[in-house]
Amino acid sequence: MMSGAAKLLLITFSMIFTENYVLVQFLGICPFLGVSKKLDSSLGMSGAVIFVMTLASAVTWLVYTFIMVPLGLEYLDTIIFILVIAALVQFVEIVLKKYMRGLYDALGVYLPLITTNCAVLAVTLLNIEENYNFLESVVDGLTAGVGFGLALILFSGVRKALERAKPPKPFEGLPITLIAAALTSMTFMGFVGIADKLFG
Amino acid sequence: MKEKLKIFTNGIFKENPVLILLLGCCSVLAISVTVSGALGMGLALTFVLVCSNVVISLLRKIIPDKVRIPCFIVVIATFVTLVQMIVEAFLPDLNNALGVFLPLIVVNCIVLGRAEMFASKHGVVDSFLDGLGMGLGYTFVIVGIAVIRELIGNGTIFDQRIIPEGYQIGIISQTPGGFMMFGFAMALLIYCLNKKGKKFEPRIGCDGKCGSCTANCESRITDLPGQDETVEVK
Repeated sequence: MMSGAAKLLLITFSMIFTENYVLVQFLGICPFLGVSKKLDSSLGMSGAVIFVMTLASAVTWLVYTFIMVPLGLEYLDTIIFILVIAALVQFVEIVLKKYMRGLYDALGVYLPLITTNCAVLAVTLLNIEENYNFLESVVDGLTAGVGFGLALILFSGVRKALERAKPPKPFEGLPITLIAAALTSMTFMGFVGIADKLFG
Repeated sequence: MKEKLKIFTNGIFKENPVLILLLGCCSVLAISVTVSGALGMGLALTFVLVCSNVVISLLRKIIPDKVRIPCFIVVIATFVTLVQMIVEAFLPDLNNALGVFLPLIVVNCIVLGRAEMFASKHGVVDSFLDGLGMGLGYTFVIVGIAVIRELIGNGTIFDQRIIPEGYQIGIISQTPGGFMMFGFAMALLIYCLNKKGKKFEPRIGCDGKCGSCTANCESRITDLPGQDETVEVK
């Protein structure tokens, strides 16, 4: 049994590199391909995802442990989590709009899009599946978001170079973007196995 | 009768949810590793899509306009939970293959998108046919990609060895292969459509507005400029 700190480090490393949500696990592909055209929109989206994922991990863990388990409602996790996330996103939007105008201006437009981002629902469901405790869940949510952001920002750089390239006609636009994503995800395959060697 | 048939085939060819509308790409890329997993995913999604389309179409006059999206999500999540329980109980292998992507059908843009674009505006029979057509369209594409990926990446189809051990290209069945095969499939589609004089500019997930994948932002096939006015899809 590894110690608490080592486990947190393992989660951090694997969520950002070896188990990266976008480039290894195929979660959140739509925003990854849709928003990565410009660097500043990538930054905004990453910020919003990190924020919501961390909050959603914390809230759903609390809801699951203190409400659903005592009432024997574990089988309703999908329905309850998606509603909790939807309500949470709405709530965060209202609070930011009222009290933190700067942050709202930076993240506001991306927040409503996140409700049905599959990466957010996935992180909450996987937290429960892995039996993480509260701290581990929050760290998992935070670092999964950071991994998402890293992939998005790296890829927006790749796409900038891609704009100047001239692929064959049928490949123009989305197809060549997908192939560039394949090459980007290949770089992340280089991290496979490192986490276990480092912290295992 | 002809009208009804058109609604049904619309989802399979002309408005194929994966290749043309570009909805629900996450699960297509992730699950198309084995043919059996892809088939299971396709059938699970078809079941959810048909049921949710029918129920939402029945409730379309009752659901208030302002809270329609949460209502749709609850209906969809109910059916997803049903499928999840059935698969967990009777098909443990499939459950392992699909993993977290089975509950993630809830946020699959195809299901929510069809609820918003079609079922909330049309009658029960039409919505049923639309759900069936869209579901089968999704199944065809995901199984098609899975056949190629399993054959090249693992040398098998339905776990029957076809290419001898040691000659497979493993990367095709890993993450990069998913992106690559989808890119090639898209390029092939564009090539074929261009040959026929059609123009197709795929736009994914409404430029990232996946959460609001409602009408007016899906990509469409249009005629090449000069033949007809090009509809710039936003």
